[in-house]
Amino acid sequence: MLHLFRVSVRTFTVVVGVAALGVAAPAFAQDPAGVPSAAPAAAREAAAQDPQAALRAQIELLRQQLEALQQKVAALEAASGQPAAVPGQPAPAAGVPPAAGGAVEVPAGAAGAGGPAGALPVYGNSSALSKIFNPDIAVIGNFIGAAGKNDVNPLPALKLNEAEVSLQAIVDPYARADFFLAASPEGLEVEEGFITFPTLPGGLLMKVGKTKAQFGKVNTMHSHTLPWVDAPLPMQNLLGGEEGLNDAGVSVSKLILNPIMFLEATGEIYNGDNTLFTSHKRSDLAYVTRLRGYRDVTESTNLDIGTSFAYGHNDAGPDATTRVFGIDATFRYRPLRRAIYKRFLGRTELFWSRREDPSVNTNAFGAYVSGDYQFARRWFAGARYDFSDRATDATLRDKGGSLLVTYWPSEFSQIRTQYRRTLYAEGARANELLFQFLFSIGAHGAHVF
Amino acid sequence: MKAFTTLAFALLLGVSRLASAQNPLNVVTTTQDMASIAQEVGGDKIKITPLAKGYQDPHFVEAKPSFVLILNKARLLIVVGRDLEIGWLPALITQSRNPRIQPGAEGYLDPSTSAKILEMPAGAVTRAEGDVHPLGNPHYWLDPENGRRIAKAIQGKLAQMDPANAAYYAQREADFETRLNAAQQRWKGQMAPYKGLKVLTYHRSWANFADAFGLNVVGYVEPKPGIPPTPQHTLDVINAMKAQNIRIIMVEPYFDTKTPNSIASNTGARVLVMPPSVGGVPEAGDYFKLFDYDVNLLVDAIKATGAK
Repeated sequence: MLHLFRVSVRTFTVVVGVAALGVAAPAFAQDPAGVPSAAPAAAREAAAQDPQAALRAQIELLRQQLEALQQKVAALEAASGQPAAVPGQPAPAAGVPPAAGGAVEVPAGAAGAGGPAGALPVYGNSSALSKIFNPDIAVIGNFIGAAGKNDVNPLPALKLNEAEVSLQAIVDPYARADFFLAASPEGLEVEEGFITFPTLPGGLLMKVGKTKAQFGKVNTMHSHTLPWVDAPLPMQNLLGGEEGLNDAGVSVSKLILNPIMFLEATGEIYNGDNTLFTSHKRSDLAYVTRLRGYRDVTESTNLDIGTSFAYGHNDAGPDATTRVFGIDATFRYRPLRRAIYKRFLGRTELFWSRREDPSVNTNAFGAYVSGDYQFARRWFAGARYDFSDRATDATLRDKGGSLLVTYWPSEFSQIRTQYRRTLYAEGARANELLFQFLFSIGAHGAHVF
Repeated sequence: MKAFTTLAFALLLGVSRLASAQNPLNVVTTTQDMASIAQEVGGDKIKITPLAKGYQDPHFVEAKPSFVLILNKARLLIVVGRDLEIGWLPALITQSRNPRIQPGAEGYLDPSTSAKILEMPAGAVTRAEGDVHPLGNPHYWLDPENGRRIAKAIQGKLAQMDPANAAYYAQREADFETRLNAAQQRWKGQMAPYKGLKVLTYHRSWANFADAFGLNVVGYVEPKPGIPPTPQHTLDVINAMKAQNIRIIMVEPYFDTKTPNSIASNTGARVLVMPPSVGGVPEAGDYFKLFDYDVNLLVDAIKATGAK
């Protein structure tokens, strides 16, 4: 709002400036370069003395007017993005009122004493102002390939697994909005789309919309931020599949201020109809709560521990419910002086699922433990062990192990190889080599830690 | 009724917190450079907490939850701006639950808007040029002229937020300028004999420093901003340095010195681990000491290597 106001003030200044120019030099309102207005007076004076001189003066006057017109044309062309017709013509900054829509105000923060100030020509004309308020747009491509044998849960040999489009901007002084659209071979889906109110009274942070539930760690992460190509087994078996718990709802979180650590409590209500829960009637909502504690151990190491709980109805019957309880712990090491060369992240998550069924209740358990080590500026090595019972039959337990190597050409792209062995409960074994190319264009917002 | 009591309690809590926050003013800065200048202006009327350490690469700071707690209590947030903190600060501000320091609010100050910014990109900006800063070079505090401008911006903001102490801030700012002017004369005097000296730097952190003290940055260890050194680029750099007799390589403390050292051993140049920020080395404890340290390091190295 403030920004809008500032723009309008500047526009107002420009308008006033134009008006003043018009009043000051009505005869030469057309003249952008400000040719001395003494010239025509001198010409008239000369005309009174000598007819030949009068003719010369007339020609001189016409020449000046022509020059003025040429300058104006050049300025207009420069403003609309076409090359100036007159070589060496100055940019339309001085004296020329910016043509409507052809120039925009520099956004706050872009101007500096050394940089361009005031109106900048924008190449693309009339939509110029709308460009300033466009959200940050980014597209992240997630291309995966698989080799080897897997009869239970086979991946295609090559697949553009997902193209994630993110649109993020500040809505008004009270809120920001984030949209993540995921286009995959299954179709286009709104992965997340929510508004965040960061400045509510009482220190509350509220998100409204479709969001990833704040359950554990992996569930809150977008697939391109995972340290693996795939999601670990407990996610697939107990939390609704690769995409995890993701639904329309309201999320409210609060910092519990204390002198010991960062403590954040989150409560969420969801529609209750997603890959994990089934809503049989409107009141069948799903609930998620999370308590997260974080503490810096040293300036390079920290501990991050959380507990999560999710509750909702399932597809076994109108009164059958599913509860999932989770614990997660993360240890991070990143020496500040060598932050871009070296880091380690160790993480484990445990999931307990209790699924009611009209005939029998199933208590299933799953977990993973993983480590990622950056050993050079562009290289990461990782390992993961994961296992999980099936939510519907706890006697069936899948087990897996993975080794990973990741290479970062830059912050904006990443190439990953994952060797994965899986022993499925039915006895089938899978040995696979997975590949992944991640690439990002545009302005992608910072990720939550 | 219960809701009302809770609300009243919350309001009371809010008011009492606001009142207690009045004295001294709680200021958070993203870097130690901003903290040092803010301290010069604010004196004992403000309490300052910097987020990133001076020996840390300010582009790659982790958005730790402990920073959320610091930001939660801030009355004023002073950033470097120009997208320097784009990778970590926005998420922290959103999570801070602090309406006072949201961008655009009274307690959000970006002094770069009044500073002299170099390397403003002209024309199209693409990441084919590496991790370019579309809003210009954000390392602008490395010119004492900009130090003055930053101090002025901070003084204006503090006077606006704490009018009772406006005269105090104005007096301290004037004093800072006087001392900075004197120090600047001294630094310029030290550097004057070496005007136009050709140097190599690791990252593009030194544009304003070079501008202020007459250095000529002719190349970078990085082939492009944010892109680690490649063998071919390193070879090109070595050849260029030999051809132009360049003897100084300036490296920020958070970069690996392996490549600079190998360039140095091939060219007879000297690698200087030069902090671009207050706190980058223990000796560079404040804004004045930062320049003292860097200028002395540079002058000593120039004398030792006979660089021209």
